[in-house]
Amino acid sequence: MALEKSDVEKIAHLARLHIDATEAQEVANRISSILDLIDQMQSVETRNVAPLAHPFDAVQRLRPDVVTEKNEREYLQKIAPSVQKGLYLVPKVIE
Amino acid sequence: MVWETVIGLEVHVQLDTKSKLFSGSSTTFGAEPNTQAGIYDLAMPGTLPVFNEAVLRMAVKFGLAIDAEIGRRSVFDRKNYFYPDLPKGYQVTQLAFPTVGKGSLQITLEDGSEKVIGITRAHIEEDAGKSLHEDFQGLTGIDLNRAGTALLEIVSEPELRNAKEAVAYLKKLHAIILYLGISDGNMAQGSMRCDANVSVRQLGAKEFGTRTEIKNINSFRFVERAINHEVQRQIEIIEDGGRIIQETRLYDADKDETRSMRSKEVANDYRYFPEPDLLPVVIDEAYIEAVRAELPELPNAKRARFVNQYGLSEYDAGVLASSRVMGNFYEEVVKICGDAKLSANWVTVDLQGLLNKSDLDISQSPVSAARLGALIGRIKDQTISSKIAKTVFEAMLGNEQSVDEIIESQGLKQVTDSGAIEKLVDEVIAANPEQVAQYRAGKEKVFAFFIGQAMKVSKGKANPDQLNALLLQKLKG
Repeated sequence: MALEKSDVEKIAHLARLHIDATEAQEVANRISSILDLIDQMQSVETRNVAPLAHPFDAVQRLRPDVVTEKNEREYLQKIAPSVQKGLYLVPKVIE
Repeated sequence: MVWETVIGLEVHVQLDTKSKLFSGSSTTFGAEPNTQAGIYDLAMPGTLPVFNEAVLRMAVKFGLAIDAEIGRRSVFDRKNYFYPDLPKGYQVTQLAFPTVGKGSLQITLEDGSEKVIGITRAHIEEDAGKSLHEDFQGLTGIDLNRAGTALLEIVSEPELRNAKEAVAYLKKLHAIILYLGISDGNMAQGSMRCDANVSVRQLGAKEFGTRTEIKNINSFRFVERAINHEVQRQIEIIEDGGRIIQETRLYDADKDETRSMRSKEVANDYRYFPEPDLLPVVIDEAYIEAVRAELPELPNAKRARFVNQYGLSEYDAGVLASSRVMGNFYEEVVKICGDAKLSANWVTVDLQGLLNKSDLDISQSPVSAARLGALIGRIKDQTISSKIAKTVFEAMLGNEQSVDEIIESQGLKQVTDSGAIEKLVDEVIAANPEQVAQYRAGKEKVFAFFIGQAMKVSKGKANPDQLNALLLQKLKG
């Protein structure tokens, strides 16, 4: 399966990655070769194999529902570029 | 052309936990901005999620309450999108292996009939923060207190056929959530939020029409209005020869209309993949059975019990079982006064009427179950008539006096002394010779006139049964 340059541009946009025009074709070729490998894997019979969600053969540990974090707003907001009335300020976003 | 409406609801329920889904930050509502947003919630590098057990238990509890398949192995996924109220750049959710699978909910329609609505799934996911767009010199303020709070997203099958069914479904869901105690269900505060997928098709058509998704519906009333509005809009477009565009629309309650949201991205291109920071969650039978043992009596079971145990009608039982608080209130009243039918009438008619008028919930009732029980007890032991009881009920609202004190101080006690009633009857008969003659000439309808007169003279306090009997006896001569 081959990926077009336009596919790469779309994915890069969704992931907010900057890839310039000369790079895009190169990236398309590289991802295409990964997809070729996946095509090869697709041909393996996996009907009786359970999907793998995680490479570790382990299950999730749970924690009790207890508040353990303290209010560290002052400390955490020191590194924020802009703060007002306790809010983090960002460029305007409106639906 | 006859149109059929097809509705599916996606309901987000904020689970009532002390700490967040994957971090130990507090979830208290209304805290100062960002005082409950710790390093994981802010997506600081190197921080990792740890799953809150209470969330799992609540999700399983809900699953059992709707008879759903419980995912023995659920998997978290990342849903990727960029928005400032989502610091990680992805929402952790469950795509292919949710904790709660296929289930169903039984709703009661207006005509009293029942309908079963399929629930496709319910999955656990994180809530986002809040964006505030006012007063920041052209910037947006971000409060991440809510970011990472646990949500259960409950997705229905597209089996609802009109706005009223959608409301009935939502109310039933709300009742179950409160019964289970897994959320406060407060729609105004956003603890329960509803998105509606709406489409129309010609009656009898097999294929669904193109649907739109209405977001931002935060009350039962708005759900009905938003859906009705959207259905009308779609029908008008199609009848004018137009086509429906699949899009997300926002309901504006002030203008009572839906409007298109600017579609910012290619729809549904969230590039999901399994969340590598979390392992699969495995649930065994023992866990499920332990949760099942915690389940309270649910609305349908309570309704059936009320019908059997108290001899109530399906309708009254349904109203009383519609919320856990209401059911408990009713049973407390019955316990005090000992009359189930009378209690049902008072709770569903008089008290409910009062609550509706003042826009209160039963949990905020100005009359406690103990006082209402005492009042009904006085009707039952014939201290007062039903009619006088309504006067006492009114008096109880502005007054902390006990029911007996009110009856005593306002002289409302029913007259049961047969001598006094006899005197009253004699007076009324003597004062109305013309009507007496009519009655004796066979015009029996005049009897009601005498009852009315006697009640007027006694200010409603004469015992109706005794009065009836005596009047009958005296009139017959």
